[in-house]
Amino acid sequence: MSNRIIVVGGGLAGLAAAIRIAEAGLPVDLFSLVPVKRSHSVCAQGGINAAKNMKGENDHPDIHASDTLFGGEYLNDQPPVVGMAHKAPAIIDLLDRMGVPFNRTLEGFLDFRRFGGTLHHRTAYSGATTGQQLLYALDEQVRRFENEGKVEKYEYWEFLSLVIDEAGRCKGITAMNVWDRTVHVFKAGAVCLATGGPGMVFGKSTNSVINTGAAASRVYQQGVKYGNGEFIQVHPTSIPGADKLRLISESVRGEGGRVWVPKTKGDKRKATEIPDNDRDYFLERKYPKYGNLVPRDVATREIFDICVNQGMGAGGKNQVYLDITPAKSGQQAEILERKLGGVFEIYRQFVGVDPIKEPMLIFPGMHYSMGGLWVAPQDNGTELFQMTNIPGCFAAGEVDFQYHGSNRLGANSLLSCIYGGLEAGIRMVEYTKANPADAPESVYEGEVKRQREINKRLLDSKGGSENVFALHNELGDWMTRYCTVVRKNDQLDSLLEKITELEERYEKIDLNDTVSSVNQTFQMARSLYDMIQLAKPIAKGARLRDESRGAHYKPDHFFDKPEKEKLGDPADTDIYLEFVTELEEKQGVTYKEHASQPNPVLFKNLAKRKEMVAGSGSGGGTAVAPPETYTAVSPEFLAYMKKWVETQRVWNKSSIATYKAGAMPDIEYRDVVMTFEPPRPRIYK
Amino acid sequence: MFKTEEKPAALASKEKNTISVRVMRQKGPDDAPYWDEFEVPYQPNMNVISVLMEIRLNPVNSAGKKVTPPSWESGCLECVCGVCSMNINGVPRQACVTLVDHLEQPIELKPFTKFPVIRDLVVDRTRMFEALKRVKAWVPLDGTYEMGAGPRISPEKQQDMYAYAQCMTCGCCLEACPQYHEDNAFIGAHAIGQAYLFNENPIGAHLKDDRLEELMGPGGVVDCGNAQNCVKVCPKFIPLTDAIAAIGGQVTKAAFKKMFRF
Repeated sequence: MSNRIIVVGGGLAGLAAAIRIAEAGLPVDLFSLVPVKRSHSVCAQGGINAAKNMKGENDHPDIHASDTLFGGEYLNDQPPVVGMAHKAPAIIDLLDRMGVPFNRTLEGFLDFRRFGGTLHHRTAYSGATTGQQLLYALDEQVRRFENEGKVEKYEYWEFLSLVIDEAGRCKGITAMNVWDRTVHVFKAGAVCLATGGPGMVFGKSTNSVINTGAAASRVYQQGVKYGNGEFIQVHPTSIPGADKLRLISESVRGEGGRVWVPKTKGDKRKATEIPDNDRDYFLERKYPKYGNLVPRDVATREIFDICVNQGMGAGGKNQVYLDITPAKSGQQAEILERKLGGVFEIYRQFVGVDPIKEPMLIFPGMHYSMGGLWVAPQDNGTELFQMTNIPGCFAAGEVDFQYHGSNRLGANSLLSCIYGGLEAGIRMVEYTKANPADAPESVYEGEVKRQREINKRLLDSKGGSENVFALHNELGDWMTRYCTVVRKNDQLDSLLEKITELEERYEKIDLNDTVSSVNQTFQMARSLYDMIQLAKPIAKGARLRDESRGAHYKPDHFFDKPEKEKLGDPADTDIYLEFVTELEEKQGVTYKEHASQPNPVLFKNLAKRKEMVAGSGSGGGTAVAPPETYTAVSPEFLAYMKKWVETQRVWNKSSIATYKAGAMPDIEYRDVVMTFEPPRPRIYK
Repeated sequence: MFKTEEKPAALASKEKNTISVRVMRQKGPDDAPYWDEFEVPYQPNMNVISVLMEIRLNPVNSAGKKVTPPSWESGCLECVCGVCSMNINGVPRQACVTLVDHLEQPIELKPFTKFPVIRDLVVDRTRMFEALKRVKAWVPLDGTYEMGAGPRISPEKQQDMYAYAQCMTCGCCLEACPQYHEDNAFIGAHAIGQAYLFNENPIGAHLKDDRLEELMGPGGVVDCGNAQNCVKVCPKFIPLTDAIAAIGGQVTKAAFKKMFRF
């Protein structure tokens, strides 16, 4: 009986899991499509969040958790978010000890910068290539374990499937050696999927081309549930390109970068010749408090609106200026270079313009999937934190649906990858000690045979007419057009029909290449099938969710807050749901729907919140002060709150998709686990 | 030998609206190489990756014959993962960041020559990663449990280390190096750069003696012929020759120390 543990994926989450398992003394088999050092984590630029409170701002992990939940519009299960926020400072220390060259203050401490969706300096960074530096640090530690024989790497191996025994437990995997296309089976007590996001389902994105989502799709087709698939983050600032959309980090805005368009349509002047008076810094205009650092979904919609709906894009095109020149950002060129050199280099190399001298031209691009494989939000009897609904199969990193709710805050992804990986690692060790790889040989033989037959069927198919790469482009175009920034039900209906059509046309692909070594057409052909399957829970989830929440925006199901003067909120505090009751009491209004509200969990943590705002809670009383006095609120405000509460009752739920062969998935809705704070309307000022 | 600036061919491309490209093909590790030529529709701002992507959408060569699409490696397409290395017009570089408008045509794509070819432009760079084990390119961490922060480090020192920490193990420095061959033991500039990095790290330095011992022996730093090609082709502009000089000095010192220890 084998006590080996398999980790699939060598990005931050996979490496963190591998390190924890090796450290605990169990043997690890680490599978990766590419050498782990080339995993997509390498692309993360801006930084990693931790409430270290190094800038005298009274920051605290509770505030970090609260910002994350508010940013995700309370669709995040709360226990993992609170756990992550509280472990974050220790994770930064760990990375620091591993030798990550974080930028430093003059005194030699770690420097922190601002990021979107928070008012604190909470983001540690290593130039503008933080993901690369973190990945390398973990890669080095794994190499050390590899050198000691505690980790065995399988690089250039593609994950094909889980091996599932008769009791429905995961007992290993099958995988294909990319260099010679042979399929093999591997036994394990537990398996962790750490295979990243599904960017390629959208054709062009900021993701690496290896991020097909195929591994996630394969386990989903084997019965792992897929949560919150419809929540796709479109990053506000990327450079459009023929081969991909290149990310321009949020840290550019964190360091003072300002987004603008010319006030006059068709302004022909060069950007540097347009004075401030003729520029519309529209994010600063609309959000005086957060300015350019509103969360990503908000910034993306504003940029999209000003270009697509208002036609105000720079040069009449779908693009806006992002200005980090020293004159506008207030930082010296040399300092900027030190903090953002990696981003500038990308812009210089691919666009041929120096962002220190001229504003960059950017447009939103598909970036991240908040949704992913469902994992348990906490240890609970047979459910283990980070384990999927198939016992023994864990997931961590972007591939899981945890932590970010309906919208991820910048610099939280590196953190959630490492935290999720470390937590999964510990649990896999305990799980494997109790559940070694004990499935009968026939189970392993059966699965490897099934996979070899799929390959053979594909290789034997002849005379098709569909080019697999062209078919993939078509899927990507449709998903990008109808399932990203703005979603409409009639368009989503045609998208669902299109996905079914692509599934049929897939049967007629022209493989055109049967060579056994590094056959990329074959690899794409296999992955494309799985991408089509994964597009279904994403598109259907979007179709069914008739509301707007975080990254999921339906203009036909959107209600805005009342104008500021009608808010009746003179203290300019955040509006917490629990205060509504007090507001009503003070006004002598009875808000009946509130009292009989069928989702009492929303209010469960009232005492905790009150403690926090009153200063006696673990948050140190720094989060939000309650208004000293309540004045009458307007009828518009109460009407808004009523509508908002009703929307939460119906939609503040995770969508959980179950695969159905040859059809669209079944989607059920589950209550979000709320243990920390009740929701409040997501209004950024 | 390694000129990276070439005559812009943008005008020529625009006139004929296509790009000419020659790709060195090889079916498998034991097969003989051959050339395929392609004409690809021109678009502004194309990089070499998008040329290869165009080919696989319609894999027909210049002779009008349908062929298998060339295999090549790609990942981030942002010059940070290091995977898309190849010889482009004779210069080892990253295909993602090499723009067609800066290249003479026909564009010639060849796999790296210092590593075994797996297929077409795909090579096996395992040896590079093995070299990182030889120089123990890591900090000897006690464990992942909570033990407080790492050492304080000045911004200047951080900047020095950061330059080397960007090495993406792409292999350009080795492809360009006259000393590095499939059949010798030279460890290569990238590994010497990493040895320097971890010797500079206050905790990484605890393994300094081990690293210098490794670099003292056959295939170590003395095998460097000082051609300085590595630093010219490094896509991350890493000052590799500075590291080689510094490690050379450290090795000499360590060798003396060793000699007089007995």
